Amino acid sequence: MRVVVDLSRCQGYAQCAFLAPDVFRMHGEEALMYDPNADDDRRDQVLRAAAACPVQAILVDRLEKRDAPAEASPS
Amino acid sequence: MTSADNLQAFKRDGRIVVVGASLAGLRAAETLRDEGFAGSLTMIGDELGEPYDRPPLSKQVLTGWVPAGGTKLPRRREIDAEWLLGVPAGGLDLATNHVRLADGREVPFDRVLISTGVRARPWFVESEAALDGVFVVRTREHAEGLQRALAAGPSRVLVIGAGFTGSEIASICRERDIPVTVAELAPAPLVGALGAMIGEVAADMQRAHGVDLRCGVKVTRLEGDAQGRLRRAHFDDGTTIDADVAVVALGGIRNTEWLRGSGLAAGVWGIACDTGCRALDLNGLITDDIFVAGDVARCPNPIYEYRLISLEHWANAVEQAEVAAHNMVSGQADRWPHLTIPVFWSIQFGVNIKSVGVPTFADEVVVTQGSVPDRRFVAAYGYRGRVTAAVSFNSAKWLDHYRQLIETAAPFPPPCPTPDQPADSKPAPVDFPGPALLAQGATVVVTGHDPSERRVTAAYQHR
Repeated sequence: MRVVVDLSRCQGYAQCAFLAPDVFRMHGEEALMYDPNADDDRRDQVLRAAAACPVQAILVDRLEKRDAPAEASPS
Repeated sequence: MTSADNLQAFKRDGRIVVVGASLAGLRAAETLRDEGFAGSLTMIGDELGEPYDRPPLSKQVLTGWVPAGGTKLPRRREIDAEWLLGVPAGGLDLATNHVRLADGREVPFDRVLISTGVRARPWFVESEAALDGVFVVRTREHAEGLQRALAAGPSRVLVIGAGFTGSEIASICRERDIPVTVAELAPAPLVGALGAMIGEVAADMQRAHGVDLRCGVKVTRLEGDAQGRLRRAHFDDGTTIDADVAVVALGGIRNTEWLRGSGLAAGVWGIACDTGCRALDLNGLITDDIFVAGDVARCPNPIYEYRLISLEHWANAVEQAEVAAHNMVSGQADRWPHLTIPVFWSIQFGVNIKSVGVPTFADEVVVTQGSVPDRRFVAAYGYRGRVTAAVSFNSAKWLDHYRQLIETAAPFPPPCPTPDQPADSKPAPVDFPGPALLAQGATVVVTGHDPSERRVTAAYQHR
């Protein structure tokens, strides 16, 4: 699953790092590092983390079916 | 037909082409569909594969935690687009409304969004840039190559340029226990973006983490061995260092060359547009159907006296994409201005550095709260007595407060908002090395919260 955190919104509350520690980690006192390619097994945890974020900075892939260009299709 | 009918017809059957399929392009496409655009949507991009997020490339990817291919951007919704990938755009014909691709194909449009971004500035000597071990970091291929080189355990990495990207790479080298030398022409790291005071803090931080930081020097030559592998770097003070990896972190070049001859106001500074993200032509006239968003846009900011400012910030790409997309499918009276105060972040040496506002638009800087030695503080920037920007080190929760001070043109220096009064809170000259953006004083303040409400109103100066 795909995850992106808007780090310009993130204020380091660390709720996500408690709820999905394999995906979100604090780096130092308040900087956040995250796995943008989180394992699908972690979806429930990540959704809980996204819901708990006080500044709603976590965006999770909403697409069921991929609406995407096939990788390496030149046209 | 009335213009409202025309707009409805365009939303139903129109053709929109997005040139530049990265963060701004993708967010614009999603917003177009959110706003009810049901016509044909074409995404043109020079890289193969889906749009991906770049900030993790100089952070998570280089630490080895996340593979370079693992930063594809999440999709908020289906966009039902035709994707033309792997071929850059080669030209824009405003007379016939066509985008020309580099392979000769032509794509017609009714409205176009340009979000072609920037590319990494390469090392200036081509033969030296081609040495095995010399990298830039902009794309996932770059990040993948550099991550492999770091994983191989180089004896020393040379980082050329101590802006945000260079400093982040130096930080990761130290995290991975790799010896690193940073060469910077300015007197300190980050000084071009944040001024001399923060530059000194950044320099202390690098040295405290074991970076061999060399400021005020220029790298003159990268020397390879007989196999074409990087071995040594020469500095303009006559010294040399041995290094097997060099990272060229000298900023970006805006991708506007393809617009030469198009008649748009496009050049090395970006593509000029209005706050509604409509491009200007060479005469400074607003075009109706050409929109711009992201790193390549050069947009006037009313809070900074309508100066045309281009920003390579993640949030700026997202916000401009949303404003541009809204305006592409809205009548004149419903268009939004892009009036956001810029925000930026960097993570290095375990510290969360964030800024709000435009720190280069300042003549004074003052530490307003916290403690510099503890690397937990906020510094406010002012120009002629009003607050224009703020930078926080591990104090991100406070930036909203400072954003409000900027939006209301609050007097500088602002009072300390917490009991956490810094030991020395006297304003100092901001001292940028280059020509600073200078101004006369506040003319406008921002009102409203939603994009549909945000407007500026005229304001009086505080002194």
